[in-house]
Amino acid sequence: MTARSEAPAVGIVTAQRVRTGPTFRARYLIPAIYIVGLLLPIYWLLNMSFKTTNEILGSFTLWPQNFTLENYEKIFIDPTWYMGYVNSLTYVVINTVLSVSVALPAAYAFSRYRFLGDKHLFFWLLTNRMAPPAVFALPFLQLYSAVGLFDTPWAVALAHTLFNIPLAVWILEGFMSGVPKELDETAYVDGYSFWRFFFRIFMPTIAAGIGVACFFCFMFSWVELLLAKTLTSVEAKPIAATMTRTASTSGYELGLLAAAGSLTLIPGAFVIYFVRNYIAKGFALGRV
Amino acid sequence: MNKVVNQKAWFFVLPVVLLVAFNAIIPLMTVVNFSVQETFGDNVFFWAGLQWFEDVLNSERFHAALLRSLLFTGLVLLIEIPLGLIIALSMPRRGPWVSVCLVLMALPLLIPWNVVGAMWNIMALPDIGLLGRGINALGIEYNYTRQPFGAWFTVILMDVWHWTSLVVLLCYAGLVSIPDAYYQAAKFDGARPWAVFRYIQLPKLKYVLTIAILLRFMDSFMIYTEVVVLTGGGPGNATTFLSIDLVKAALGQFDLGPAAAMSLIYFLIILLLSWLFYTLMMRNEAR
Amino acid sequence: MARITLENLRHSYVADPRSDADWALKRLNLDLSDGGAYALLGPSGCGKTTLLNLISGLLRPTEGRVLFDGRDVTDATPEQRNIAQVFQFPVIYDTMTVYANLAFPLRNRGIPNPDVDARVREIASMLELDATLHKRASGLTADGKQKISLGRGLVRADVNVIMFDEPLTVIDPHLKWVLRSKLKELHQRIRRTMIYVTHDQTEALTFADEVVVMNEGEIVQVGTPVELFERPRHTFVGHFIGSPGMNVLPCEVTGGRAIFAGHPVETANAARAKGNGKRLQLGVRPEFVSLSGEGIPVDIVKVLDAGRYRIVETRANGTTIKMLVRESETVPEGRAHLRFDPAHTQVYEDGWMVT
Repeated sequence: MTARSEAPAVGIVTAQRVRTGPTFRARYLIPAIYIVGLLLPIYWLLNMSFKTTNEILGSFTLWPQNFTLENYEKIFIDPTWYMGYVNSLTYVVINTVLSVSVALPAAYAFSRYRFLGDKHLFFWLLTNRMAPPAVFALPFLQLYSAVGLFDTPWAVALAHTLFNIPLAVWILEGFMSGVPKELDETAYVDGYSFWRFFFRIFMPTIAAGIGVACFFCFMFSWVELLLAKTLTSVEAKPIAATMTRTASTSGYELGLLAAAGSLTLIPGAFVIYFVRNYIAKGFALGRV
Repeated sequence: MNKVVNQKAWFFVLPVVLLVAFNAIIPLMTVVNFSVQETFGDNVFFWAGLQWFEDVLNSERFHAALLRSLLFTGLVLLIEIPLGLIIALSMPRRGPWVSVCLVLMALPLLIPWNVVGAMWNIMALPDIGLLGRGINALGIEYNYTRQPFGAWFTVILMDVWHWTSLVVLLCYAGLVSIPDAYYQAAKFDGARPWAVFRYIQLPKLKYVLTIAILLRFMDSFMIYTEVVVLTGGGPGNATTFLSIDLVKAALGQFDLGPAAAMSLIYFLIILLLSWLFYTLMMRNEAR
Repeated sequence: MARITLENLRHSYVADPRSDADWALKRLNLDLSDGGAYALLGPSGCGKTTLLNLISGLLRPTEGRVLFDGRDVTDATPEQRNIAQVFQFPVIYDTMTVYANLAFPLRNRGIPNPDVDARVREIASMLELDATLHKRASGLTADGKQKISLGRGLVRADVNVIMFDEPLTVIDPHLKWVLRSKLKELHQRIRRTMIYVTHDQTEALTFADEVVVMNEGEIVQVGTPVELFERPRHTFVGHFIGSPGMNVLPCEVTGGRAIFAGHPVETANAARAKGNGKRLQLGVRPEFVSLSGEGIPVDIVKVLDAGRYRIVETRANGTTIKMLVRESETVPEGRAHLRFDPAHTQVYEDGWMVT
């Protein structure tokens, strides 16, 4: 609609002689320094992962003197290590898919309809986002043992839905409320059945919202570890448990630990990269 | 949006309710169950009434843990909220660097919490860690495994490193949603940068700031994994916050009764505070 | 108060503009006299907001100069140029009272409090805001908030220009008229230069003394509403202004006379048409087309009732010609003959009126 000749929202271009690229203001130093500070511990971790434990304990060097890949080799060869990643990713994916799937119809209901107890229900859901894992650790252990799911990825996936489902409902409801009801009504007039409308028209419209919800569910499930450790022992042991076990028993195999830790950065970095354009939108709703 | 009244909407909500109720109500019932009973083993239980609650609420140990948690949360909020806001204000509002910055800033948020703890555990070691070595090199005696103050310092630094980005991202999103026209009008009115902040930016950030404060309050109050991996709660009890104490009692000592009572009290505190903030938020949104 | 001159102004949002399409504003020159009420009228994307931002200083032009009272202000900031602007949606300081909002620009300039107070009250009464001075600005309705926006501009005695960027967009339809009249009345009273940007011809024609019609980055015509209506210099102006717009009919010119559908038509300027391979068109407004006994034969296609008059759509040779008839007049069925008022029928070459 707007031709190229008109700028929709005028950028703040102060009176300048030369119109080149972005101006560099002094205040940009602040986020720059902050980011450097953020990256330092990550760098240190990566640094250690490429050193042998002897070098780490023996000397203090800012980069590896004897660059080695043996820590990473160990992880890729030893099933107890790499299965840890597999297990973690398994329950995170199950949880994300489960949480977002059940949240979609529920969010739709909250966004479009009024029904008995809807406000109280919504609030009750939100309180579960605030559930402290510490409180639920032991009860969950008993509950999931009782239903025979102990030490499976399902136990962790289901346990994490306690706070991920409310989160997903909250985020999705926010995005859905931004879609006017006229869209639904037009579809019905055009002869769509509800489910066909929901899958073919509605979901693509809120695709960004679904992306954001998946991102946050992934994030909170991937990073949470108290419940993940409590509900598993051998078969479904997440990488966190393997790491902490190594730390206490094998007497500080620091290089190995560092490598294991570095590898856990990858799924996270991956996911952020994918949703980088939606991060601002998702946070803009303020519904983290 | 004009919502239509439709009780059939309950079918849509049912799967969510079932799943969450399964996870929330059954365990809570278990906890309540344990909190009012006493056992001497062998699965024999006696009614104990409110005894555990009294014990917990009167115990020194609980008070100490509660105070530590409150102090920790207070300090963390005091640092992270202003810091996050300042960083968000300093970032460019548009341009090629924005998404790079946002992605890098989001990295700490996606690291498993035990890795966060482990990273700082090693970094803060006085002999081989970058931080530990660095501080000691400045002449300050620093050892977080032995000094309570050192432990607190490290724990807080770790939390700031870990979570400030959340505040930054929230505030930045809020800032970016302010239409340019406000800044233009301020230019015409001759407003100085401080006035722009006070009269335009800050009021429009109220909503996201409330959320940031709420989330940081809750999450810092419930903190567990990072601290356990970093200090184990020590030295001694120095950094044993509420959830650490709770887990020690429940999973470590299997003191089911007191642990259950403590859980409930803990949960109630959080519920109360989240209700408070929720009401505040809804009032803001209604505007 | 200032006389604004735009000299050889051209603007592009692209760093290295090459083709014509890269230029948001093609080369233009414009003179706006002090204290006038102007409208920048044109469809979406015509460049009117760009032009507005160049005058106010929010944008620096790629080429050309902006002069206020002969002074070159091309490098001056908006604050230095002393501009006020009312935006599409109300821009107010939510946390302040109405009083504080109005006082804000003055206080920023360090004007002493008693003077501030006098001025604020004066403007508030002019805008009928005095009853709400102590209230929080965020509590007012949309039109009240727009008045505050306007007030912040008026309160500065030395303001050079007040700009309006489609200010009635969020106002309720029944209040638009009230606000429009208020703006016109204000202009009569304070005689400050006002520039009103809009795509709505009614707003433009009722507010402005002179209208600048724009299309695709160019100024097509500058004139009073009457001039634009009676002597549109471009077929675009003819189309855009008036409801329904001007009829534009293909024609030929032979021997100094215009010919349409094989019939000769008396015009005001056919004698001066040169042709030279340019596209020739005839422009006549529906208001100046009438039924007559003999003239151009047409088929009556449709009659639309518009209240006090009717719009009759006719067709001749595949071209549609619209005309207006009073409700008392009878419209024949089937065939009829039309006559164009010669004084208001013009020949256009490549869209531009022949002079």
